[in-house]
Amino acid sequence: MRAFLSYTLGGITAGMVYSAVALALVLIWRATRVVNFAQGGLAMVTTYLAVTLIDRHEPYWLAFAAALAAGLLLGALVEVTLVRPLARRPHLNAVIVTLGLLVVAEGAAGLIWGGGLRAFPAPFSTNGLRMGHTTLDLSPFDAFTVAAVVATMVALVVLFRATDLGLRMRAAAFEPEVARLLGVRVGRVLTLGWALATLAGSLAGLLVAPGTFLSPNYMDAVLVYGFTAAVVGGLDSPVGALVGGLVTGLALSYLGGYVSGRLEALGALAILVAVLLVRPAGLVGSTSRRRV
Amino acid sequence: MGVEPAAVRVRGLSACHGPVKALEDASLDLPGASITAVLGPNGAGKTTLLRTMTGLTRATAGRVEYGGHDLCALAPEEVVRLGVAHVPEGRGVIQELTVQENLRLGALWRADRVDRRQALAEVLELFPALQRRRRSSASTLSGGERQMLVVGRALMARPRVLLLDEPSLGLAPMVAEQTMALLVRLRDEAGLAVLLVEQDARGALAVADQAVVLAVGRVVMSGPAAVIGGADAALLHHHLGW
Repeated sequence: MRAFLSYTLGGITAGMVYSAVALALVLIWRATRVVNFAQGGLAMVTTYLAVTLIDRHEPYWLAFAAALAAGLLLGALVEVTLVRPLARRPHLNAVIVTLGLLVVAEGAAGLIWGGGLRAFPAPFSTNGLRMGHTTLDLSPFDAFTVAAVVATMVALVVLFRATDLGLRMRAAAFEPEVARLLGVRVGRVLTLGWALATLAGSLAGLLVAPGTFLSPNYMDAVLVYGFTAAVVGGLDSPVGALVGGLVTGLALSYLGGYVSGRLEALGALAILVAVLLVRPAGLVGSTSRRRV
Repeated sequence: MGVEPAAVRVRGLSACHGPVKALEDASLDLPGASITAVLGPNGAGKTTLLRTMTGLTRATAGRVEYGGHDLCALAPEEVVRLGVAHVPEGRGVIQELTVQENLRLGALWRADRVDRRQALAEVLELFPALQRRRRSSASTLSGGERQMLVVGRALMARPRVLLLDEPSLGLAPMVAEQTMALLVRLRDEAGLAVLLVEQDARGALAVADQAVVLAVGRVVMSGPAAVIGGADAALLHHHLGW
């Protein structure tokens, strides 16, 4: 029972991080039908920026905010310079460009910051909270992780559902041509979508780093799990990203806990294959086809 | 006609659809407060004409003059800001949005929030069926309601020129007639210049002031609707399949 509780709490925390990565992938998939494989690489770069500031004795929260802001800018920059010129080409071209960007980002990070592991601080204690005599496998930092991802989700849902900008973004994602005829400046909306997605990815990067140490490829595994989460959630639903992240996090945590931690990557692959075979539209994605 | 100054003047417009020359050297005038029907069989270039007029398809030659602008040189999202609304082929209801969201989208580019609300109220008054369904998903609407939705959404922009691509396609005859009656109202009451692309030539000629017949990308006939409708039977059969 204790073990179960421990694995569950660990799964939820990890799952929230996967949700954030999944959310980043979903935002971009929805808007441009591109799977952004550079998502993890971009988050790695912004996290290195944060650690650079921390090394210069800047406060943690300043570095945190700077990393998120850098994520916004970097996402917009990537969309304008690398993705936009390929808009009229097959989507696969842009996907391959993101793969290339991942390789370049990891190589450049190795050159600039070195390839070794670096510690990254957490703003709150990573020791489990105590309840009576037992120590829960939930630290204040874990609670912060969950709260930060949930807050980001809520903010995005409010943006999409309750604002004019969100209405523009949804229209541009679903029917770009119709949206343009109605006066939506779709190009700007897509840039904003990439910016927000990269912000969500950067958040995941900051939340993962204290537990894994920072290295140029520290986000690789997280990206794979985040991608699994996104597919579980249906790839085009922000709510699906949350659900998919939790499902993936819990499944991998139980697998790692009860069987072997070395099976996690294999487990993610198994989930991916199973979802694609049984329910390709994901748990939350609607199976109904669009009527044209 | 001929009394009203031309609202839109299409001059020598050519465009490609993929590798195919879909429109060649097309010219026509769209006077204010008038309905112009563009007729012709499938593949005649009707849709390409509309798409080129609002910048969705790039013109390879020619101009679309409107209020001192060349619409061909502008992006579609700028064309609507000048008062030219385009209801595309297949209508373009955004099914993932509610009826009201679809409508609001039509006026979002306008800064005046009060006037946006006013426009929404007017459109809902014009289409009571949409008023009742405003919070429903647009995917639940019938074909006729979808038609009202896309026309209403175009009107949200308070356009001076309305371009419609096959609005009666797939609609029951009675609903198609209602659509045509609405276009007449918009012409007479709001003074809109309407460009109506139709395969159903009879229905369109019944309401149009003038007509243009396209065949393989070229204007082969143009003139007052009554003249086109009464033209040589063999010619009409040849171009329109009558």
